Amino acid sequence: MSQADLTMEGHTSSLMVGPAFSVPTKKLAMWLFIIADTMTFAACLVAYGFLRNGTPNWPRPFPGITNVALMTFILLTSSLTMLIGLRSARAGDKAGAFRWTMITAVLGIIFAVLHIREWMELIDKGMTLFKNPWGTGLFGASFFSITGLHLTHVTCGVIALLVVGVRYKGGRYNADDIEILGLYWHFVDLVWMFVVPLVYLLNLAH
Amino acid sequence: MTSAEGHKSGGITKDLVIYVCLLALAGLQFVIAYQHIDASQMFWRMLTVACVEAGLAVLFFMHLWTEKRSLLWFVLIFTISVLLGMQYGWTDAFRMLVGHAPFSS
Repeated sequence: MSQADLTMEGHTSSLMVGPAFSVPTKKLAMWLFIIADTMTFAACLVAYGFLRNGTPNWPRPFPGITNVALMTFILLTSSLTMLIGLRSARAGDKAGAFRWTMITAVLGIIFAVLHIREWMELIDKGMTLFKNPWGTGLFGASFFSITGLHLTHVTCGVIALLVVGVRYKGGRYNADDIEILGLYWHFVDLVWMFVVPLVYLLNLAH
Repeated sequence: MTSAEGHKSGGITKDLVIYVCLLALAGLQFVIAYQHIDASQMFWRMLTVACVEAGLAVLFFMHLWTEKRSLLWFVLIFTISVLLGMQYGWTDAFRMLVGHAPFSS
């Protein structure tokens, strides 16, 4: 046994620590990102609430709930399909996992299309970032900011689903990567659960 | 049915139950939106339902319930404490209702 081995022996045990919270580093990184992004969305929603409370002529332009209900159903269903894809990946069913991941991506695309269609309808009615025909211009700024930030997250999530799904099918990624992507997708759905009541339902025209 | 198939179907069954619960809670929010109550009550009811939905999604869809408890507490404590810290400005919002927010006219 060399002198180097003797000096290392007492130190190696202290270097052999497990991962934090006993989760893989990639998963912990995703959780930390989710916590940070939660703060971002919370700050946007609190700022929106602050403006809404402090502004007397806050418009309530949404005539119905059909579109937002459909979007909510699609996003919730996409979370379920993501879960089914993860279960297939954990069970070793590569084809099934790829299929369900792609279904999740398609549902995300449908959600984004419905969202953009809603935006175009509001813009056609005269709503912009700075003014609208119903009340204070702050409404447009806050609405497009919050929903635009969420739509950006959905779009990035769809791109990630397509990339990770294809690479998983090619053998480059494994079930852990599907799970980590699933965490992000469920987070996007979770944010929508707060955006719907605070931005849409509290501004229904009735 | 083998034990592996039973476990798998049991797992999917749990996911489906949580999914249906989330749909029902989302539906409840839409029902609350059409109740004839004042805005403050409507806000608190909707926020409560949204927090329950978020809890179900985080614990079961994101599998935080099956992770090590230290991760669960880490996520909960940091998230909730920062969210609570953001709530300090509400009295100022109500004060501005009298004097109007900037660029609101």
